[in-house]
Amino acid sequence: MHEYSIVMSLMEQIEQLAQDNNANEIIRVDIKVGVLSGVEPHLLQNAFDTFKLNTVCHDAQLNMQLQPLVIECRQCHHKTELTERNVICPHCKSYDTRVIDGEDMMLMQLEMNAS
Amino acid sequence: MCQDCGCSLTDHSNLHSNPQLNDTKTLSVIHKILDKNDHEAQHNREHFEANNVRAFNLMSSPGSGKTTLLEHLHEYLPKKYAVIEGDLETSRDADRLIAKGIEAYQVQTGSACHLDAFMVHQALHHIDLKPIDVCFVENVGNLVCPASYDVGTHKNIVLLSVPEGDDKIEKYPVMFRRADLVLITKMDLAEHFDFSLVECRKQLEKLNPDVTLIPVSVKDAQSITAVANWIQKYQGEF
Ligand SMILES: Nc1nc2c(ncn2[C@@H]2O[C@H](COP(=O)(O)OP(=O)(O)O)[C@@H](O)[C@H]2O)c(=O)[nH]1
Ligand SMILES: [Mg+2]
Ligand SMILES: [Zn+2]
Ligand SMILES: [Zn+2]
Ligand SMILES: [Zn+2]
Ligand SMILES: [Zn+2]
Repeated sequence: MHEYSIVMSLMEQIEQLAQDNNANEIIRVDIKVGVLSGVEPHLLQNAFDTFKLNTVCHDAQLNMQLQPLVIECRQCHHKTELTERNVICPHCKSYDTRVIDGEDMMLMQLEMNAS
Repeated sequence: MCQDCGCSLTDHSNLHSNPQLNDTKTLSVIHKILDKNDHEAQHNREHFEANNVRAFNLMSSPGSGKTTLLEHLHEYLPKKYAVIEGDLETSRDADRLIAKGIEAYQVQTGSACHLDAFMVHQALHHIDLKPIDVCFVENVGNLVCPASYDVGTHKNIVLLSVPEGDDKIEKYPVMFRRADLVLITKMDLAEHFDFSLVECRKQLEKLNPDVTLIPVSVKDAQSITAVANWIQKYQGEF
């Protein structure tokens, strides 16, 4: 259950950004969660809802964008969004590809009330 | 060790944000959620590299054979190594290694289900990196969360034992995708299980085409030599 540790890191970042921007309340938190980031979205949502109560996010809504795997082929140079969990180029069947998205967890945007 | 390394990371409170505060009070950030951990991980790597140490993160389910491998490698790897032991709260595994003459330090993980870079950094304060060439981190037995945390090692070694089944690669894709070396352990038990190395290779290739796979058994000296050779390949190159 590392979703709790991840939410703690997220909250720490948000508290810092709220402080930097003189915000007293966060209304919305937009995050991007890669399908191969190792995070279970509903567990992350639960962890967020539990943790937010005593933070600047107490009334915040968490918006999660699930990011599919995106690869770029080194052979045919196609960029493809995949539905399967593999890294094979669907155009030329090459294994020589580079993952360019779908493995990270990112904080994207905050909507806040400034004081 | 850390007086001059700035490891408290006080300078990192300024996040790489790109403030675009507008009327709707929306701030665009685009910031890795585990960024703090990743910075600490990089810091750990700097400690290793300053001492010419190559570091390896061992991950698997509980009981796949991480500690056993570290006990046996001793006779095959002509390098001096230390182990940061994160598996289990008790010091049982560390004691097993120390009994073999291997330097080991037990991380106090409490009930943590994974190690993070801060825990490994804490352990680095208790290990003298100067005389060693290799440092192994035995992570908490878990095929899920440890995959999300860079702990500051150079390479990831993931173990899968024959009794666990060859379907685990597909079931834990994040972990197996992050692996640089996959060890199929307890190969001596293969005849008792329906375990297919071919199936393992097939699943692994789809997910992580560049990975190396070595089937091992502690009862097969050649297989442990192969692991030792793979580790030695990385000496001196970071
Ligand atoms: N038959 C067999 N048993 C093994 C092998 N490697 C480990 N084991 C056994 O598997 C059990 C768990 O091993 P351990 O190293 O403690 O696993 P860890 O939890 O990953 O550190 C122990 O009883 C080991 O003796 C192997 O190659 N063959
Ligand atoms: Mg162990
Ligand atoms: Zn965890
Ligand atoms: Zn292609
Ligand atoms: Zn320090
Ligand atoms: Zn340090």
